[in-house]
Amino acid sequence: MELDIKLIDDNGKRMDGRSAEELRKIKIEAGVLHRADGSCYLEWGGNKVFAAVYGPREAIPRHTQNPLRAIVSARYNMAAFSVEDRKRPGPDRRSREISKVISEALEKVVLTEQFPRSAIDVNIEVLDAEAGTRCAGLTAAGVALADAGIPMKDIPVACAAGKIAGQIVIDLGKEEDNFGDADLPVAISPRTDEILLLQMDGHLTVEEFNKALDLAIKGCHKASEIQKKAIMDKYQSVKGAE
Amino acid sequence: MSIVPIIKRDYISKLAEQGKRIDGRRFDEFRKIEIETTVVNKAEGSARVKIGNTQVLAGIKMDVGEPYSDSPESGVLTTAAELIPLASPDFEAGPPREDAIELARVVDRGVRESEVVELDKLCLEPGEKVWIVFIDIHILDYDGNLFDAASLASLAALSTTIVPATRLEVGEDYQLPLKEPPISCTSVKFDNFVVIDPSLDEEEIADARLTVATDKNGDIRAMQKGLNGSFTKEEIQKVIRASLDNGREIKKQLSECTGK
Repeated sequence: MELDIKLIDDNGKRMDGRSAEELRKIKIEAGVLHRADGSCYLEWGGNKVFAAVYGPREAIPRHTQNPLRAIVSARYNMAAFSVEDRKRPGPDRRSREISKVISEALEKVVLTEQFPRSAIDVNIEVLDAEAGTRCAGLTAAGVALADAGIPMKDIPVACAAGKIAGQIVIDLGKEEDNFGDADLPVAISPRTDEILLLQMDGHLTVEEFNKALDLAIKGCHKASEIQKKAIMDKYQSVKGAE
Repeated sequence: MSIVPIIKRDYISKLAEQGKRIDGRRFDEFRKIEIETTVVNKAEGSARVKIGNTQVLAGIKMDVGEPYSDSPESGVLTTAAELIPLASPDFEAGPPREDAIELARVVDRGVRESEVVELDKLCLEPGEKVWIVFIDIHILDYDGNLFDAASLASLAALSTTIVPATRLEVGEDYQLPLKEPPISCTSVKFDNFVVIDPSLDEEEIADARLTVATDKNGDIRAMQKGLNGSFTKEEIQKVIRASLDNGREIKKQLSECTGK
């Protein structure tokens, strides 16, 4: 691999022409699957993700039931053809971990106490992957939950920040993820800025971390606007059809 | 059978007696088909096919590997299907079950036996290095007739596949060599009615199922009967006729979409 890869050029532009605080292009569509109770299709840069919500429905097997509230179980899955070298189908350690942290993030905003003993299943399918799939997946899941009419305190949203070539930037792309210094995916509840998911790998000073976190939260708010618009667009057109 | 399918069955057969289907189609009419190719950048070839509300995505990945010892000069083809829980409240996560395996095998047979992919052209060094073609089928939305949707998606994905020779350092990229593909059409029978391209409701009450793959000469290239019901000879002939008519239309649409 070429190690002299230049992640930021002399004009301060990144490899794909973005500035430090610019997100990749995000496209969100709500209610795209007929069978699911709620669904979403999301493109975030080169990521293509579907999310589908089923439930609330009886939690099976029964020992998983909680008599006081619903369980939110997200399943993050990557298609075999979504990456450069074919990935073996089925869950691996990485996707299990991502499923767990996403489930926990979503559970915080869903009003789970309204549905004792039930399960809300969130299926996230990554069809095309290009850095930042967990943020894309969680953002899609937020829209799918809203589309399913699941009562929530807020629509959760995620965005990453990181450090490349000594600079803090938002939303790492593929090369930036591979050759950068740090990656910090963050999910928030945008009304309160409460942090629902936070992971980091790499190396940041405390000041750099604070800056990256602020930037990631800023990115979450931008993505949140696109989420809301997608939901509005869907139900606007339903109204218009009457 | 639980209570809902019985009520549904009554309703669907009463309609059928009047020559109608629940979604207003004729007995020998397919739902609207949409084909979109090259939808996944990371894949060597890909296609999303919608038949009515059913939605299937097929992706092709290729790699260099060893041939089977009994066919040292031909490439290897493997097909896998995942009935992911995204697509239906009844699909569960986990290793593929019977129905996913049957689906993958039927699609695999359709592609393999018709020799759509010219495997003998995928040899790099006899006995040592050949191309491996992986067809992975993801069901995204399930409203019946997965066989036809999955086959069509696989064919469309294959026909847009570029062999990644540069990436694997074995030469220049080139278009995957393909032959004319046969098109598969599935019909089901309930009571004494036979309908093509069953929706999920029709599939759920079906007694028997028949898939017929036809080629551009109007010949039959593969058949598969499923479920525990039976067909009469006349019914089979009717199914073949409907499969030929619809197959021709679908082939035309596939060609338009893939430019071949």
